[in-house]
Amino acid sequence: MTPHAWLLLGLYLLVLLLLAKPLGVYLAAVVEGRAAWAARVGGHIEAGIYRLCGVHPADGMGWLSYGLALLLFNGLGLLATYTLQRLQLWLPLNPQQLGNVSPDSAFNTAISFVSNTNWQGYGGETTMSYLTQMLALTVQNFLSAATGIVVAVALMRGFARHSVREIGNAWVDLTRITLYVLLPLAVVVAVLLVGQGVIQNLSPYQEATTVQATVYDAPKLDATGQPVKDVQGNPVTAAVTLPTQTLAMGPVASQEAIKMLGTNGGGFFNANSAHPYENPTPLTNLLEMLAILLIPAALCHTFGRLVGDARQGWAVLAAMTVLFVVAAMAVMSFEQQGNPTFAALGVDQAAGNLEGKELRFGSADSALFAAVTTAASCGAVNAMHDSFTPLGGMVPLVLMQLGEVVFGGVGSGLYGMLVFAIMAVFISGLMIGRTPEYLGKKIEVYEMKMMAIAILVTPLLVLSGTAVAVMTTSGRAGILNPGAHGFSEVLYAFTSAANNNGSAFAGLSANTPFYNVLLGIAMWLGRFGIIVPVLAMAGSLAAKKRLGETSGSLPTHGPLFVTLLIGTVLLVGLLNYVPALALGPVIEHLLLWAGR
Amino acid sequence: MKTLIRPAVTLFILLSLITGLIYPLLVTGISQLLLPDQAAGSLIEREGKLIGSRLIGQNFTDPKYFWGRPSATGPYPYNAAASGGSNLGPLNPALKDVVAARVQALRNADPGNTQPAPVDLVTASGSGLDPHISPAAADYQVARVARARGLPPETVRDAVAQQTQGRQWGILGEVRVNVLELNLALDHLPLTKNP
Repeated sequence: MTPHAWLLLGLYLLVLLLLAKPLGVYLAAVVEGRAAWAARVGGHIEAGIYRLCGVHPADGMGWLSYGLALLLFNGLGLLATYTLQRLQLWLPLNPQQLGNVSPDSAFNTAISFVSNTNWQGYGGETTMSYLTQMLALTVQNFLSAATGIVVAVALMRGFARHSVREIGNAWVDLTRITLYVLLPLAVVVAVLLVGQGVIQNLSPYQEATTVQATVYDAPKLDATGQPVKDVQGNPVTAAVTLPTQTLAMGPVASQEAIKMLGTNGGGFFNANSAHPYENPTPLTNLLEMLAILLIPAALCHTFGRLVGDARQGWAVLAAMTVLFVVAAMAVMSFEQQGNPTFAALGVDQAAGNLEGKELRFGSADSALFAAVTTAASCGAVNAMHDSFTPLGGMVPLVLMQLGEVVFGGVGSGLYGMLVFAIMAVFISGLMIGRTPEYLGKKIEVYEMKMMAIAILVTPLLVLSGTAVAVMTTSGRAGILNPGAHGFSEVLYAFTSAANNNGSAFAGLSANTPFYNVLLGIAMWLGRFGIIVPVLAMAGSLAAKKRLGETSGSLPTHGPLFVTLLIGTVLLVGLLNYVPALALGPVIEHLLLWAGR
Repeated sequence: MKTLIRPAVTLFILLSLITGLIYPLLVTGISQLLLPDQAAGSLIEREGKLIGSRLIGQNFTDPKYFWGRPSATGPYPYNAAASGGSNLGPLNPALKDVVAARVQALRNADPGNTQPAPVDLVTASGSGLDPHISPAAADYQVARVARARGLPPETVRDAVAQQTQGRQWGILGEVRVNVLELNLALDHLPLTKNP
């Protein structure tokens, strides 16, 4: 790592950890309904919403109602997102007259944004109208984030409460998180982004007359619009001179802000955060990276507050931070190395591997962004992961495969990590011969069953999905790069979908009915296949008595437990995925450096 | 279940209106009021005509202009209505071939230059719209541009230095030169002689 890379990583962590504590404390106040300042500003709006909805905020829900409420709410999101895409040509705010999205692509995108994955089979500026971007995609950026956070809060309440059935009121939690946390943060971040050059307008695309005209070869078309072919059957091309450049416009900053804060990651433009209008300066890059991990880090403190022991939150945060720092250092080092196949070509690679990267970010700021976005289940990219060095691209893959628990998605990262914490106390309970308990709650058969489902659902989706895709013609047809890297593209796609990340080895042509449907299913099951068992666990934990600490209890706040937790996460992740990783990035790395 | 339907539908509609219409329109309003230039895309106009954006790179192939990063957008480079990278993997033979061709093109344009080509001049950017090159990549092209314009290399080097931006806050990002702004500055040098 270069000194610049060390400095950047240090600055990033410092600012992140400084901001996370106060936000976490505030979040705890919001979900406990005692954020006085927020209630003074938005209290009447909140009360009005409850009146219109017929909700009594004091009424609690059992886990089953809570879960059904979330499924229903997200089901409506699915329907609305799908419908808006399918009808956008006939709706307002579509200055480019972009056509209705195809059924399979709209299905995939609807699940993708509802499940907080934000996988994108389409290119934003060539597919989505401004209305779709705002009323379908931005809305889901908020609501899927709120859904993740309220599930984590419900699980925290499961630990914090005892001998009760209720784990909170889903409507109240969703409303408060959206109004008092996500909205104000998004407004601030959006305006800061515009200040640096992120665009925010509803204008049609702008036509600029460029300094030098572009000359390129375009296929010749006959009168009916079919490509003309020569006698050998090759398409005939003709040089075309283009004196202009069309600049895509749109309400970008408002979407960019919540795309990061909600760990959504779906870009307004095809190039996502590599696009200068989404991420124009190194400062916006820092701001976007901070926005990604801010709420996941803050929720650790919220957890500590709610269970009445701040140290429990610090322990989880410490485990996440250690895993993250190691991963970030790895990507930064690998990307700095450059590409050995260029050595003989007379290329000066002091700047590292720059294929697919923006010069303003260089290899260090791009590599850190890649680690941040895949540690969180964000999936925004400021560089093309497909063109990373083999090991530089493997680290993001591994971060996702660990189950998106290294900070992870907003809410989903924390509940995922708490599932691993339960597994860690179970394993250590076996080792020292005591009944496992976590935060005063006995971990019994029911919790273990739910834990097993939550941990196994994603590897099952990833590995079987990858297997199906590489065994079928329609699956293999999407691959861009030959050899081991092509396998990595497919593995990355299913890893990203099932773990609700949304970044891609984007060479894979995934906007086909095959991938749209298969990845859509993986995203939905990867989201709600975990949320439902986690809520069931929350309900079961809330009903239990809270045991006092004895000399026989395993403390779950010290370095010993942090080490155990890290060990558990790594062990499960590695056992599941080592063979697949060996077939993809590991082989590619060996071939690359052997000069093949 | 039945008791859940009314709150689900109503809450979904209300929150959709707040986050999907009020919020983006509020941000648009604030931006248009306080930061109209940035919100509109940092556009550059000359004599009332829109000629591009400070943030979006343009395609340059003329020897008298500094060239930017290679762009992988289709069907032509620097297509700002369809951004994207090449997505070529590090071991893909197509990547090696295209990089070799770019090195050759640089050599052909300036046969006397025997330095190794800076990596940013031969690899495609992520967006295909990267407006910047490194100072090394600018330096590599100074002799060619000076010759094509009939200018002393020092004048061109001065123009590069003027357009060079340091790391933001001294820590963030990379030192970089905005290619479009540099070329515009060169076109407006008083001594410019069009070949």
